[in-house]
Amino acid sequence: MVQSIVLSGVAIGCIYALIGVTYNVMFSASRVFSFTAGTLGMLGGVLGSLFIGQWGMPVLVGFLMVLVAGALFGIVTELVAVRPVLRSLDQHLYVLSTLALALMVQQLTAIEWGTESRPFPRLIDLPRGAFDQQFWLPMAACIVAIVGLDLFHRHTLVGRAFLAIAEDTFAARALGLPERGLRMTSFALAGAIGALAGFAGGEMLLAFFGNAPMLTFYGFVPVALGGMGNNRGAVVAGLLLGLFQQSANFLVGGIFASVAVFTVFILVLLARPEGLAGASAQRRV
Amino acid sequence: MDMRMARTRPSRADALGATGALGAALPFLALLVVGLAFPLFGGGYWGVIATRACVYWVLVSGLNLVVGFAGQLAIGWVSLLTLGAYTTSVLAAGNVTPEVPPYLALAATAVVGAVFGLIIGLPALRLRTFYFAITTLGFATIVTQVALAWQSVTGGGVGVPGPVFPPPFDTQWGFYYFCFGLAAICTWMTANVAASRFGRALTAIRDAEVAAEACGIAKPALLVTIFLFSGAVAAVAGGLFASLQSYITPDAFTLDLSVLFFIAILIGGRGSVLGPLLGTILLTVLPEFAAPLVAWSTFLYAVLLLVIVLAIPGGIAELLDFKNRRPLASNRAIVPRPDLLPRLLGKPAKAGTLTLQQVALSFGGVHAIDGLDLEIRPGQVHGLIGPNGSGKTTTLNVISGYYAQQRGAVKLDGAALPVLARHRRAHLRIARTFQTPRLVGAASVVENVMIGGTIAGDGTFVESLLSLPRHRRDEAALREAAVLALSVVGLEALAPVRADRLQHSELRFIEIARALILRPAFLLLDEPAAGLSAEEIERLGALLEAIAQAGTGVLVVEHHPDFIFDVCHHVTVLNLGKVLAAGTPAEIRSHREVVNAYLGG
Repeated sequence: MVQSIVLSGVAIGCIYALIGVTYNVMFSASRVFSFTAGTLGMLGGVLGSLFIGQWGMPVLVGFLMVLVAGALFGIVTELVAVRPVLRSLDQHLYVLSTLALALMVQQLTAIEWGTESRPFPRLIDLPRGAFDQQFWLPMAACIVAIVGLDLFHRHTLVGRAFLAIAEDTFAARALGLPERGLRMTSFALAGAIGALAGFAGGEMLLAFFGNAPMLTFYGFVPVALGGMGNNRGAVVAGLLLGLFQQSANFLVGGIFASVAVFTVFILVLLARPEGLAGASAQRRV
Repeated sequence: MDMRMARTRPSRADALGATGALGAALPFLALLVVGLAFPLFGGGYWGVIATRACVYWVLVSGLNLVVGFAGQLAIGWVSLLTLGAYTTSVLAAGNVTPEVPPYLALAATAVVGAVFGLIIGLPALRLRTFYFAITTLGFATIVTQVALAWQSVTGGGVGVPGPVFPPPFDTQWGFYYFCFGLAAICTWMTANVAASRFGRALTAIRDAEVAAEACGIAKPALLVTIFLFSGAVAAVAGGLFASLQSYITPDAFTLDLSVLFFIAILIGGRGSVLGPLLGTILLTVLPEFAAPLVAWSTFLYAVLLLVIVLAIPGGIAELLDFKNRRPLASNRAIVPRPDLLPRLLGKPAKAGTLTLQQVALSFGGVHAIDGLDLEIRPGQVHGLIGPNGSGKTTTLNVISGYYAQQRGAVKLDGAALPVLARHRRAHLRIARTFQTPRLVGAASVVENVMIGGTIAGDGTFVESLLSLPRHRRDEAALREAAVLALSVVGLEALAPVRADRLQHSELRFIEIARALILRPAFLLLDEPAAGLSAEEIERLGALLEAIAQAGTGVLVVEHHPDFIFDVCHHVTVLNLGKVLAAGTPAEIRSHREVVNAYLGG
């Protein structure tokens, strides 16, 4: 029993962490939290089920198509919901514009795909076991994404430019970095990561339109607790969240588990609004 | 001349309020007539739609204060509708208690709703925008899940019957009038709040939080009040909703509803009561015109939201604001009337000196101010100059409580000022302006000045809610003082204009008017001459001299040496957080180090 709690807890924690990373990648490039992060995860599951399960595409082709679709949605988000409102960042219009876009995609999915959850295909033809692919696939996806991002940031020119933008947008622009292009690339990258999360976790979460608000919330918990823009913090907080949720699930039942998660989330945030790992910023008058 | 002015001013202040109020009330009266006469035209089904619009508005009217006025992004308010619906139904059905009469159940629901409105809203005191939005979203999901799980009380997935109100409210039209009546009362109450010092303070928190604090507005107390109110009416709306549905299950309370409430406010326009009212009616009725659209309604709301945010952030209210489309005169000049100051400021109260003793503050390794001594006396203009980064604004921010000094003390008449208690400064009659003017762009000029006098009122929130005499007295006095303050700075002609339509220099003088309405003992000005024309700077100088003459101690941070030397009685020169020189303008002008370091030879 303990084994299955730990396995499913870590697996679901990896999915939350990946959605948290999706939030972070968008945030670093634009100082915007986007409601579309969970929508991307939902799309990863639904499109994977559509491409592979229904249209019968080979797994690898379907997988790449999902990533491309996620990246495209990321770019659309940047163009439609972020770029037009960036000039007045202090008015927080992005909260509304990204919410609107997330709702549109979610409703469109509900109407075209249906409001019932549908099964997600088995990706690798292996017999079911205790350490099943539905558990290790999200873990693998999380490791690949985190290590990949880290290497990308450290060892490529574009990656370093990303870091520069995240650190100080104005200075980066003054250095002649193509801020717009980099921001769009960031959103495309975030889109692919979000879709990867939903795709890898497809078998656990199923292809369900309602995963969008669920992932938007649970994916934000690692960001809030791990410190915004901090990917390692997000992974640690995501894993803790997954384990906590699954144990609460087992101990007190599903509904009270979400109440417990929510209560802990609020209490931690009220105690440390900047997150467990974040530092508080000096206020400017 | 002066006598005539004195006599005409107050009547103009009255007229400004009275005609404005009548014009603003007209659309509401029209809606009232249509609503009362509605059963004469509408068929059975339209009765249900109209009742639903009323129920939704009861909730949205309260939420409007949270979202539209205070600017808190509460996107999950359906949780309070759910809570209210279940509380009323469960009490009326007698699932846990003996059966409670429906009216009593509704009243109890209001109390429960107020408490939960506070619980859901409280994170807003600590968390910002997206964080708060997410927590309300979380509440919305949790409440539905609890309703589903707590079968012994809520009936789980099977649900509970809604309450039935006794005659004459048990028929379709009877119930409609019941809901319509409550909706009308909510409209009246929230419109009262909107036009009160509380409503203005909420918009100040939304658009100019730092300035709101400097005006003495205590954000926590104010937000707690409106969360209580908003939670109560939302829960009452839930009780009505349950009765309208006649049977409720958790499925009835989807997030779509929350989105509808939230979007109705944004489509209507922030900081308006009429706009969101029209928005609520529009969104309730819209899907009914085309049956195939019902499935797409939330999608359409989302599209509408995106269009509104990108194209008309002001919403319906801005579209209906014809008054502010008229072009302003392009050749307008700011002509202050310092002679009116004594009327505004009254007799100078006996004030002590404001002193800084050995104040030090560093950010990281940078010593922003390092052992600063300063003395600001009543009736004098004190200039604070120095190169960029010498600690001028930091000094101002320590005095007005935005930064806590690490060493030393700030004392008023010998008593140390509480550290970091920014909203207490206004009560000590210390007022200030900002380097970049911080005003509520969507509010009129006179309302912006009235924000400065928020703490002057005697009436409570409830008195404003019900428009009781004390509230009306407060408003009249505040408006009169605001118009007078605007006359002093020479902008009374622009009183009814939206602040964001004005020029930069005018905004600076509005900030001064907002500070003056507090009848300050000390006035702190952060670069008041920046961006002003030579003529305006001269008038500003005369105004500051007159303010000091009326007994106020003035501290001016400035970069214009000539301006400082002209108006100041005493000048302190800062360099790298330390006092480089202090003395009369004549002494400073000939101080060798100052000339070398700052003024240039």
